Amino acid sequence: MSTSQAAVIGLTHRASEDTGHGHRGPESKSIVVPYGFWLFVLSDIVLFSALFATYASLAHATDGGPTSRELFSRPTAGVETLALLLSSFVCGLAMIAARHRNLAWTQIWLLVTGLLGFAFLAIELREFASLIADGAPPQRSAFLSSFFTLVGCHGAHVTCGLLWIGTMMAQILAKGFQPHIMRRLLCLSIFWHALDIVWVAIFTLVYLVGTLP
Amino acid sequence: MTEQDRQRPDVAPGEPHDSLMSETISYVVGLGFALILTGLSFWVASTPLLWGPGVATGLVVLAIAQMGVHLVFFLHITSGPDNANNVLALAFGVLIVFLVMIGTIWIMGHMNANMGVGADLMNLQMQH
Repeated sequence: MSTSQAAVIGLTHRASEDTGHGHRGPESKSIVVPYGFWLFVLSDIVLFSALFATYASLAHATDGGPTSRELFSRPTAGVETLALLLSSFVCGLAMIAARHRNLAWTQIWLLVTGLLGFAFLAIELREFASLIADGAPPQRSAFLSSFFTLVGCHGAHVTCGLLWIGTMMAQILAKGFQPHIMRRLLCLSIFWHALDIVWVAIFTLVYLVGTLP
Repeated sequence: MTEQDRQRPDVAPGEPHDSLMSETISYVVGLGFALILTGLSFWVASTPLLWGPGVATGLVVLAIAQMGVHLVFFLHITSGPDNANNVLALAFGVLIVFLVMIGTIWIMGHMNANMGVGADLMNLQMQH
């Protein structure tokens, strides 16, 4: 089939240079790698949606134990939200600095991103510790099991992200802004922004809707 | 679609813009919107001025709006022709998320309501 025939029946991809038979070849690695990572992040969000659904189903199954209204503090959730949002913003600044090959600012912004993420994690762990000390451990009720699974899974992701940020800082220092380092950096920023998106759902459903009067 | 659009290759998700000014503005505007929406969420949840039963729905709407802000201003997912693959993947993800969440909440809610036991007994059954 000629290219013009393919164009008439809608087989071509954009302009006529692509015959629809792989003629133009695959996209460059700088597109394919972040796109593949984007697919992973979306499937990770699907995993979180299952945990959200579980939490929503079990939120009132408290077995006569403490309820979400008694346990959760809005100010704490507010500080956590602010820390993670600023962390996501600063991660964007680090990406801009990296794009302009500015080593010092890339490292500084990545460090600030990591420190804000660490602050978020520290507040979350303190909250978990105080819940467990106050007689609300995961084994207390189905509600608490699903709460620790959902929020703990997000916290585990943040922990992985922090390790990744540290790794990238070391790799940028050792290898400079090579194309494969830039790809990894872009994947890291996608991951970090996605974690903030999941947290928006958590603070709304768990900490705000869960503490409505 | 102009000739220029056709020539432009696809962009990766999260890829910042070309100019320093426009990408910095994008992140700052995104942060501003996100802060406003977060503040609004916390205000809506605590104010006595609003109709009580509608507050939860309002909070969910605010959360979805904020997710949109993050996607557009931080992850640079746009409706442009160079973003078609990214948007289609996102649309499929959102479809699955809605199926899982609404399906589960709907079915589990009806099971609780229709199984013929009182809420207290169902509460007991769902503890393990």
